[in-house]
Amino acid sequence: MNNFLFELRESMVIALRAIKANKVRSILTMLGIIIGIAAVVTMSTAIKGIDNSFQSGISSLGTDVLYVDKWAWFSNEEWWKLRNRKNITMAEYEKFRELAKLPIASAPDTKTNQTVKYGDRRVEGVFIHGSISEYIRTVNFDFDQGRFYSDIESNSSRDVVVIGSEIAKSLFPRGDALDKTIKIGPVNFKVVGILAEQGSFILGPWNPDNLVYVPIGAIFKHFTNEAWNSLTFNIRAPSPAMVEETRNEIEGVMRKVRGLTPGEEDDFSINQQEGLINNYNQVVGVIQIAGLFITGLSLFVGAIGIMNIMFVSVKERTKEIGIRKAIGAKRRTILGQFLLESSTICLMGGFIGFLLAVLLSMMINQFIPTAVQYNAVIIAIIISLITGVLAGFAPAYTAAKMDPVEALRYE
Amino acid sequence: MNIINIEHIAKVYQVGSEEVHALSDVSLRIDKNEYVAIMGPSGSGKSTLMNMLGCLDTPTSGKYDFKGVSVSDMTDNQLAAIRNREIGFVFQTFNLLARSDALHNVELPLIYAGISSHERKERALSALTDVGLRDRIHHKPNELSGGQRQRVAIARALVTNPAIILADEPTGNLDSKTGEEIMAVLHEIHQKGNTIILVTHEEYIAEHAARIIRLRDGLIERDEVVTNRKAPKLKEAVN
Repeated sequence: MNNFLFELRESMVIALRAIKANKVRSILTMLGIIIGIAAVVTMSTAIKGIDNSFQSGISSLGTDVLYVDKWAWFSNEEWWKLRNRKNITMAEYEKFRELAKLPIASAPDTKTNQTVKYGDRRVEGVFIHGSISEYIRTVNFDFDQGRFYSDIESNSSRDVVVIGSEIAKSLFPRGDALDKTIKIGPVNFKVVGILAEQGSFILGPWNPDNLVYVPIGAIFKHFTNEAWNSLTFNIRAPSPAMVEETRNEIEGVMRKVRGLTPGEEDDFSINQQEGLINNYNQVVGVIQIAGLFITGLSLFVGAIGIMNIMFVSVKERTKEIGIRKAIGAKRRTILGQFLLESSTICLMGGFIGFLLAVLLSMMINQFIPTAVQYNAVIIAIIISLITGVLAGFAPAYTAAKMDPVEALRYE
Repeated sequence: MNIINIEHIAKVYQVGSEEVHALSDVSLRIDKNEYVAIMGPSGSGKSTLMNMLGCLDTPTSGKYDFKGVSVSDMTDNQLAAIRNREIGFVFQTFNLLARSDALHNVELPLIYAGISSHERKERALSALTDVGLRDRIHHKPNELSGGQRQRVAIARALVTNPAIILADEPTGNLDSKTGEEIMAVLHEIHQKGNTIILVTHEEYIAEHAARIIRLRDGLIERDEVVTNRKAPKLKEAVN
């Protein structure tokens, strides 16, 4: 064992000497690994960031909420069939509310796209959601300041508004949005509440951070005709365990509300986050596989580069190998020397690649909240080591089994 | 004492479909503290014999005992160990590691012998001092003259206290004055009790030895004691 450690240490010294003696070549060789490891680590970090964001977004919407909609989120139905469905209306919501017993909260939801302004600050293309005060009980929002609009405000269609955190930041950089009057389109609205950041960028236009909420009556009064758009009902089941039961009740009630005969198909869809989650997992799964494949490929190319350089290096140092063998280096000593050389190059490359990945993650963090995976350090080290050993083995073996007489004669 | 005992060794190379008999039938003994020159024109088999004696290669047939141990059927690793401990090589082209300084070059065989770095350094320093290079230990080969390089190589050969020093045309790449100096160093080493085998094709170099073995066509042509042995001017050489 001592002997082994001695040889390992001496081979390490020899390997380091060789790397130092060929700085440019060593660095060029390292590049492949640096890029490979940086890509793999950045990729895993980005995926984790996307995932975190999705999870927090999903939880802000609530896992026990069902959405009755003209459109299906995920379906194999023909698009035109869905389009030809009747719009869902406020009158239907009132009937539904009367008949449905299980839901603990339900709210109609419609939206319109408007520019939001305060002074000379403006945000274009904001989705304005209109609902009733009960809406707040179908979501899991925290408030930064203020409150959601009240029963009275929603029943009398007052011009009051609750704004998402990003909108608040854009219009009120100093954080003094509460009680200010902003313009939505041409109409003045009073800010009664500011949502805390939900951090779910992945939801895109559905990210509550980028939304504003007004009483549904205000939308119909100022922006769109009730008949133009189909509503969505947000319906909360009593508990996550009761989601299926609630779904069945909703289906029965909706059929009654829309006067469907037993033979007719549903002319509405009941959407659920489960579908969203499944879809998300599929997408992320594909991204993950594709990402790891591509980044793995760059690592593979890096490994081939190392193997190539090591072969050249062995060829170039044939004479040196001959000398070492003549004065007593055993096969395994030579093998160890070259394996250690390639592993060391890979380890150094892996380390630099990891640092690069941390920097890249910081940059990506400006757009997506990332989380550097520190267990990725260990994975990166292991991958670099394995790459080094695999890429170094064939050249090292060639060196080890060289005939000393031939090697000494090589010029 | 008998260090080398060779009986009827032959070496046959396969070149394409043709067999080349580099050594046909060679028997020879070399005792401790002998100074032997192996001579012969190119193609006589002297390189092959040298590789054989240096345990760089094994014979096709015949018996080779080194200090009473049979070398003929040793594995690569066993041969490496023998070369490391018992044989000191001095080559025509010096064969130093170009990127390492003199000290590291001399230390190298001790590394492979598994000797601790402290002792290694001490022994390498003392070997370099013996060949008069105490003040050049951190010079790399390309910063040394040909004669100095060969001295580093001699220090490297001596540092393990080997049973034989095998010098293959040690003066072949040197001018005659430097060559003479190197021969003086070898002479002194021999005086200290070392066994030296010198491979050369130059008569005046071979005459430094006490015994000349002449090879021709893979056979020993003559094995003679040198009567008019050359003694180099020692003082001039070392210092």
